[in-house]
Amino acid sequence: MAAMTDTKHATGVLASERPPEAAGHGWDPAAIRAQFPILSREVNGHPLVYLDNAASSQQPLRVLNRVERYLREEHANVHRGVHRLSAEATEAYEGARRSVAAHAGTRDPAEIVFTRGATEAVNLVASSWGDASIGTGDEIVLTKMEHHSNLVPWQLLAGRTGCKLRFVDVTPEGTLDLDDYDRLLGRRSRLVACTHVSNSLGTVNPVREIVDRAHAAGALTLIDGAQAAPHMLTDVAKIGCDFYAFSSHKMCGPTGVGALWARRELLEEMPPYQGGGEMISEVKLEGSSWAKIPHKFEAGTPNISGVVGFGEAARFLADLGSEAIASHEGALKRAVLGRLREIQGLHLYGPREERGRTAVFSFAYGDVHPHDLSTILDQRGIAIRAGHHCNQPLMDHYGISSTARASFYFYNSPGEIDVLCDGLAMAAEVFGGVA
Amino acid sequence: MIEPRSTTPGPIDREIPSSLNQLYQEVILDHYRKPRNKGQLDEATHAITMNNPLCGDVIELMLRVKGGSIAEARFLGRGCSISQASASMLTGRVLGKSLEQALELSGKFTHLLHGDGALLSDDDLGDLRTLAGVSKFPVRIKCALLAWNCLEELGDGTGADGGSG
Repeated sequence: MAAMTDTKHATGVLASERPPEAAGHGWDPAAIRAQFPILSREVNGHPLVYLDNAASSQQPLRVLNRVERYLREEHANVHRGVHRLSAEATEAYEGARRSVAAHAGTRDPAEIVFTRGATEAVNLVASSWGDASIGTGDEIVLTKMEHHSNLVPWQLLAGRTGCKLRFVDVTPEGTLDLDDYDRLLGRRSRLVACTHVSNSLGTVNPVREIVDRAHAAGALTLIDGAQAAPHMLTDVAKIGCDFYAFSSHKMCGPTGVGALWARRELLEEMPPYQGGGEMISEVKLEGSSWAKIPHKFEAGTPNISGVVGFGEAARFLADLGSEAIASHEGALKRAVLGRLREIQGLHLYGPREERGRTAVFSFAYGDVHPHDLSTILDQRGIAIRAGHHCNQPLMDHYGISSTARASFYFYNSPGEIDVLCDGLAMAAEVFGGVA
Repeated sequence: MIEPRSTTPGPIDREIPSSLNQLYQEVILDHYRKPRNKGQLDEATHAITMNNPLCGDVIELMLRVKGGSIAEARFLGRGCSISQASASMLTGRVLGKSLEQALELSGKFTHLLHGDGALLSDDDLGDLRTLAGVSKFPVRIKCALLAWNCLEELGDGTGADGGSG
């Protein structure tokens, strides 16, 4: 098992915002693409151009092979038996926890709770911390750019507890209105839950600033890192947040697994997430018999092979290097922005400049509806997302029901930008021009 | 039709696949851009709104049934060219039909979308036959059927808000 090297973590600000001094050191695009078998397949007679990475990323051979090896050679239940296989499975599982912890920037693997994904991580906090800590009259501050996964769990909590949800406004440029944030923060604020990177606009939010202001108001903070963790080594200590949620399948790992990072003291205080509220008082009467963290929150046999793949994905990204990933993605981002700006009839949502955004591009293209655009591009092997991106309130904010979204990852190439632009030209032709 | 684009790279295959030309025929784009009978129908005897939660497309179908036949049909909504053109065409093709006959048309249209080529010679379908290209794009069939699902619901009586006129 590859040990994590002493990696210097990015601060939660995209490394691409810094001078690209490390650009391309040993970065071999062809070799990197070759590690992703799916990228060499064809779709509709054309080489696949996969630009739906914000929905789910592809998995490299290293991850596929690691999961297969686990299943072929090491599988047994974890934390149970004394036999050899159980010990190996447990080591693989806990080794993955160390790798994922390193990716999140914590030295304490017990602060990493494995979940089914970022969605379950948020639900865990809303149920466990929320039910224990939130009451009528309390307020939770969210933003209008949250993915449904960082909105609906809080709506459910509000339904259970009578707390109020407040929403930070989004500017026309797709950034958070921090003045509005200051107005919403108050003595009733108990939690600020905010996305690190917008899944539809690509906006990188100033999470350190958001966290500092929340703490000054006495509120805890949850950062949804599903769209950030794939692109940067996160340093939860530098962000200063209290909870951080992210998913494996958006960072080269398998689906069905993710992680919640939370400060040790919080996890120790929080009641178990699964096992039933009615159990809690009974356990209190007899004294605590719960496992130590993080296992207190991992009821039942976990998704062991998924976790093992998640850990391998974290090591894979660490070996590529966050500087190199950010540098390559930064170059792609600049190129895409330059090209999209030149296309007549194309309206880009979100930040117009490269600063403060990732390589996620939501756009409208004349009156070519996103679904029609996606169908047309698919005929050229280009996979983009069309729809509301689990962001319906944000779509309402812009007065639209859907956008087309092209989201790039480090394995995408400049040539794929050409294919995308050519596909857009074809769409205009099919529609007899774009209005 | 469109201006040459300096932004477009040269060496890529520029040919539009015939399946796309079949899908996006001029008459379909015309219905999309200039929908017929789009608007509120104040004297509707039947009305229903349905959406496709996966993609956000919405159609509200309104009918005025008089003397046992559809005297007027209008729709409101938003969505892709296929869903909107299909709704626009529907409002033209069902006029003068009883609800039963409209449902019969709906059944034929559904079969057409699932690739029943024999229906291409069925004049009852009229312009709707231009949507036959959707059969090559199975994920888009639900777009073409959204307005017709409204009709089916109305025909079943579940969406009626004013009796059968």
